[in-house]
Amino acid sequence: MNVAVCVKQIPDPAVPGTLSADKTLDRAGKLILDESDSYGVEMALQLVDAAGGGEVTLISMAPNDEVSGLRTALAMGAAKAILVSDPALAGSDALSTAKILAKSIERAGDIDLVLAATESSDGYTGTVPAQVAELLGWPALTFSKHVEIADGKVKVQRQTEAGYDEVEASLPAIVSVTAGVVEPRYPSFKGIMAAKNKPVDKVTAADLGLDAGQVGWAGARQEIVNIEQAPARQAGEKFEDDGTGAEKVVAFLEQLKVV
Amino acid sequence: MKVWVFAEVALDKVTTATLELLTKAREIGSDVEAIYAGAGDAAAVAASVGAYGATKLHVIDPGDGLPGQVAAATIAQLAGEQSPDVILFAQSYDGRDALARLSVKLDKPVLTNGMSLSANGDALTFGTAIFGGVTLVDVKLTTDGPALIAIRPKSFAAEESGGAAAAVANVATADSGRAAEAKILAQHVEEQQGPKLEEAAVVVSGGRGIGAAENYEPLVEELAKVLKGAWGASRAIVDAGWVPYALQVGQTGKTVKPKVYIALGISGATQHLVGMKGSDNIVAVNKDGEAPIFSVADLGIIGDVHKVVPVLIEALKAKS
Ligand SMILES: Cc1cc2nc3c(=O)[nH]c(=O)nc-3n(C[C@H](O)[C@H](O)[C@H](O)COP(=O)(O)OP(=O)(O)OC[C@H]3O[C@@H](n4cnc5c(N)ncnc54)[C@H](O)[C@@H]3O)c2cc1C
Ligand SMILES: Nc1ncnc2c1ncn2[C@@H]1O[C@H](COP(=O)(O)O)[C@@H](O)[C@H]1O
Repeated sequence: MNVAVCVKQIPDPAVPGTLSADKTLDRAGKLILDESDSYGVEMALQLVDAAGGGEVTLISMAPNDEVSGLRTALAMGAAKAILVSDPALAGSDALSTAKILAKSIERAGDIDLVLAATESSDGYTGTVPAQVAELLGWPALTFSKHVEIADGKVKVQRQTEAGYDEVEASLPAIVSVTAGVVEPRYPSFKGIMAAKNKPVDKVTAADLGLDAGQVGWAGARQEIVNIEQAPARQAGEKFEDDGTGAEKVVAFLEQLKVV
Repeated sequence: MKVWVFAEVALDKVTTATLELLTKAREIGSDVEAIYAGAGDAAAVAASVGAYGATKLHVIDPGDGLPGQVAAATIAQLAGEQSPDVILFAQSYDGRDALARLSVKLDKPVLTNGMSLSANGDALTFGTAIFGGVTLVDVKLTTDGPALIAIRPKSFAAEESGGAAAAVANVATADSGRAAEAKILAQHVEEQQGPKLEEAAVVVSGGRGIGAAENYEPLVEELAKVLKGAWGASRAIVDAGWVPYALQVGQTGKTVKPKVYIALGISGATQHLVGMKGSDNIVAVNKDGEAPIFSVADLGIIGDVHKVVPVLIEALKAKS
């Protein structure tokens, strides 16, 4: 079974984000594998393993030919990657991104299953996987917290407002997985060395047959009209607990008439 | 302006997020209609959405498919015939499914994670927050409608209009191709005791500072119960598997706005704060006096949860 995993490469979320001159998130520095996507990579490796054959292909769109995050996922065990990097893609919104990813999946060819995260750490629209599915004309099993493959079908537990649903579809299909669906492995030293020589197919929007009007700022069809700091909440009183901490909380709750 | 709202039902009730969207729809539009994809009691849904201002309810039967994904093809067809200016979705599971597929069908961009929305004539301004809620960004679409917009729950208050039940229009389900192949085999309701996290007047949340999974029940749940509130969690302890994801508060979890939010052993990362800083009052117990949670707390106790919380629970029990 061949599995493709959409992996986003993002600025380190531990470092406070900034905006670049064109008001998009500044992605100029070094990018890393979005932790949310490490679950999809692990899931893909496990499913291919369980199927007894096939390989894992990574799909990523990122600026400046960025491969750091891809190398991390290749070191975990993915076989190869397609990287779409093109200045024309700056400013791409969720739909343009989905168009790029869908074309890349077609380019990979012979894919039975596509995995993505339910939402990215820096964009968190949570729509890209189902948009990709619609572009490919495939079923989408979204917000999945458990995934298994049997008899040519994929079966998941999908989060709902009230609990979860068991959902099944025939292949090929796309599945978006929540954090925690599996425990991502740490790349081994051997894996890290091997990753350096694994193939990364670098392509542009034009290589995928998409013209500039469909992607990037032109495709996004929106403009940022204002940016400001969110009003800060005023801090109140702070006490060192000297044994009367609980009392102070009780008094506070009484004053609010909560007790 | 003609505004449609994608209505959702959970546990036999129209969700609060839907009612919030209808309230906003009334403010920005003159003509408000709702769409419901599901097998629930259409008359009951029509009464609920009518009471919040929808005059018409388009009902789509998704069969055993995922409601949002099956409905998208039908909504696209309806939109082609009736030209709504805006379609609002909750930033929910089915809401995002419907929104995503619809955006491809109509080839329109999506605006997601909305926290504000206003209209000036026909011009919409959509507001969202980035960097974990620190920076607010306003966006305008530069293409014609329908504008496809998803809004985070709790962004607006839900207010009744006192309207009559919406007129039900059953719509023939359009062919959604392989999207309909994802079938729901079984539904599981996870028992939830006490009030809902999003609706409780008091929310008590625990973080990594509670030390271990087995401390959650006696500290966090117990305090919530004596206050007749709901219990929540930071992502750190959800990821660690101490509590289920449904309890997560924050950017990738739920947004809560209770009268009182009590944070126990939570550092106060921006991604957590974005889900709770709209609370009326915030109490924090953390042993690190420099923890960022104190910057939003009305009452901060610098102390050990293992010392403060059991005494607090006993004191409250003694009062009731
Ligand atoms: C894209 C993204 C999305 C995220 N979404 C969310 C989200 O939705 N919700 C969320 O919560 N987080 C989210 N996070 C994670 C967030 O950044 C923090 O890592 C997380 O909130 C930390 O959880 P915590 O406060 O429980 O743990 P920690 O940050 O480890 O804090 C534990 C706190 O407990 C205190 N403590 C320790 N022992 C005691 C004691 N005995 N008594 C009292 N206090 C004690 C410590 O001083 C410390 O302040 C997200 C992160 C990213 C990158
Ligand atoms: N630029 C990208 N490259 C590869 N995968 C992406 C990209 N953007 C989004 N995705 C995938 O789609 C998921 C959801 O993204 P989003 O809709 O932006 O929250 C991500 O977690 C990734 O798996």
